[in-house]
Amino acid sequence: MPADAAAAAPAPSHLSPDRTTPVTGWGRTAPTAARLIRPRTYEEAAAAVRACGARGGIARGLGRAYGDAAQNAGGAVLDMTGLDRVHAIDADGGTVLCDAGVSLHRLMEVLLPLGWFVPVTPGTRQVTVGGAIAADIHGTNHHVSGSFARHVLSLELLTADGEIRTVVPGTPLFDATAGGMGLTGVILTATVRLLPVETSWMSVDTERARDLDDLLTRLTATDRYYRYSVAWIDLLARGASTGRAVLTRGEHAPLEALERPKPSSTRARGGRFSRRDALSSPLEFRTSRLPAAPAFVPEGLLGRTTASLFNEFWYRRAPDARADELQRISTFFHLLDGVPHWNRIYGRSGFVQYQFVVGYGHEEALRRIVGRISARRCPSFLAVLKRFGEGDPGWLSFPLPGWTLALDIPASLPGLGAFLDGLDGEVAAAAGRVYLAKDARLRPELLAVMYPRLPEFRALRRELDPRGVFVSDLARRLGL
Amino acid sequence: MKDAFGTPQSLLILGGTSDIALATARRLIARRTRTVWLAGRPSPALENAAVHLRGLGAETHTISFDAIDSESHEAILGKVFAEGDIDMVLLAFGVLGDQANDERDPAAAARVAQTNYTGAVSSALVCARALQAQGHGSLVVLSSVAAERARRSNFIYGSSKAGLDTFTQGLGDALHGTGAHVMLVRPGFVRTSMTAGLPESPLATTPEAVATAIELGLRRRSETVWVPGSLRLVMAALRHVPRAVFRRLPL
Ligand SMILES: Cc1cc2nc3c(=O)[nH]c(=O)nc-3n(C[C@H](O)[C@H](O)[C@H](O)COP(=O)(O)OP(=O)(O)OC[C@H]3O[C@@H](n4cnc5c(N)ncnc54)[C@H](O)[C@@H]3O)c2cc1C
Repeated sequence: MPADAAAAAPAPSHLSPDRTTPVTGWGRTAPTAARLIRPRTYEEAAAAVRACGARGGIARGLGRAYGDAAQNAGGAVLDMTGLDRVHAIDADGGTVLCDAGVSLHRLMEVLLPLGWFVPVTPGTRQVTVGGAIAADIHGTNHHVSGSFARHVLSLELLTADGEIRTVVPGTPLFDATAGGMGLTGVILTATVRLLPVETSWMSVDTERARDLDDLLTRLTATDRYYRYSVAWIDLLARGASTGRAVLTRGEHAPLEALERPKPSSTRARGGRFSRRDALSSPLEFRTSRLPAAPAFVPEGLLGRTTASLFNEFWYRRAPDARADELQRISTFFHLLDGVPHWNRIYGRSGFVQYQFVVGYGHEEALRRIVGRISARRCPSFLAVLKRFGEGDPGWLSFPLPGWTLALDIPASLPGLGAFLDGLDGEVAAAAGRVYLAKDARLRPELLAVMYPRLPEFRALRRELDPRGVFVSDLARRLGL
Repeated sequence: MKDAFGTPQSLLILGGTSDIALATARRLIARRTRTVWLAGRPSPALENAAVHLRGLGAETHTISFDAIDSESHEAILGKVFAEGDIDMVLLAFGVLGDQANDERDPAAAARVAQTNYTGAVSSALVCARALQAQGHGSLVVLSSVAAERARRSNFIYGSSKAGLDTFTQGLGDALHGTGAHVMLVRPGFVRTSMTAGLPESPLATTPEAVATAIELGLRRRSETVWVPGSLRLVMAALRHVPRAVFRRLPL
């Protein structure tokens, strides 16, 4: 009876099958309830998969997917963060074998002092290795390094039959799992190839672009000289400055960069101080933390005015050009991680992130979309534009060679759904796609257009998991 | 599944010929809704409604459903939920009755209460349990401003809606935290076929306006929605008017 169950609703406990708890993604839209199970051993994970019942199960990492990928209404959600051991580090060869529930933050803490870095990092360190593979995440180095799964040498997958399989690159099961949003099974462990670094510092160049054309020209001409490259774009700027942006590009600083005196041509703030600081412990991994966002924020706090002022400030604050500035890894890659629970500032309705890619040669479509967003005056803070390199082998992997733009928008904005549907149309017509790890609202009809290898994915799932054990809200909504 | 804006992909309407329900369905079909179940007593009107919604692009089914026959609700609605998830149930059936006549004919008065209240209690409970098992979905219940205070001119109808209103509030509390969401909609006077020929009240509204308010309420995951919104304030004031005065107000 509803009343009984509701009385028992709160506080799910470890492996207690009758309690459900509301679950959302990072954007906090569309909550649904599930039994949350936190396996501590592989056996517990396998038992949970075997027992997950008619509404199936799905793995969940740190819940950083914006939409409903790690939710499973009425079924089981396997919180994998209890499986978080780093099993082996090959400090000579540069590989790590770890549980899928380990966060990239933890890996950085462990690996940086040994002179190694994760091959790909997204805009937050608070994602798990399992989540990174399941979404086949990309970083600002995609044009050089491709997505995360390209650096995975092998993984162990718990499949619907309760068996554990070793999966290696080049096989259909690997390519379905990389970017497969957890729908082929639960990733238990992975062996990941690492990137050698001499220091835990970044050597960063910053420049401003006047408008979108200027930005595209600069990125096209010089991106290949940088391992990491990203542009923060002001989508509230209009008219002649539509698409104005701040480019930040960098490389892991070599040891000698910490010793080198600050070049006179630059205006590096605090440069000398940080260099001395840095030299004493070049591989130290330090992060900063600001107070968390409050739990309750009234709707509409983040309106156009706030966003405009912030974007203006951000653009003005950047120098026209600055070279070789030393920045901490956390500052360069993960600015938002400094504010815990920043997702709450969007209030009760939450927010959506819209991220799409359109191929090279479709710059006109990109211009049109940026124009439409600017004209619509979406209150978006710091949208991100970057170039992708070669596509990845994952059947549902997001990147394809081209331009990708990501922006956050409060879900309470009137008419937003229809507006984004319109943008999807432009994206699909330009042979592009939206990113499933961020999606919470795509029209299901467009999925097969955007992901042409969807039929293969579906066929493999039917064969591997005929009873449909693995299922998520995303899978139900889009018919994956 | 619902999308980030609370728009459902599948919709079950109890009271499939209701003008408000059909206006809501049209609005939702224009966004994401692709499957619609129309439950009601078999009639040409029900079939026409299905044809109309099909023409807008939704896969539409009709099922035979009688609010008064509470015994049958479990079996009939159970079949719908067995076909697949329902993201939103709109409980929209109800009869206005004929106050003057019903005061003279107690059996007719009881039928108003059975339809609007008892029939809603059993069908809403069946749906609530199914939504809870799904772990998601909205149950949207059309109450009425008439539920707020008894009025000389329509207290039989009003009392049935008052029962439904109170029931729905409690059900919302019972389902809190289960993934299922209950939303109570209190429209004022709505110009529909049900009210055709009646004298219009101030702040009269349209089925389309109710549909718009429902869509907004879904996006905000509201618990109570007044249509028009200004009624919330009006009723807050009217609630405190002494009965001797209220009785004589031209409402
Ligand atoms: C601030 C911020 C910045 C971001 N920046 C980027 C970016 O630059 N590039 C980018 O690509 N993404 C980015 N993301 C998205 C994020 O990288 C992905 O959503 C990632 O999948 C989140 O990992 P998670 O561990 O939190 O997984 P969850 O969000 O919990 O789950 C995501 C998906 O992974 C699956 N999954 C998780 N663990 C497992 C497992 N063990 N086995 C099988 N499947 C599993 C889930 O089923 C689900 O489908 C960003 C997110 C945030 C919040």
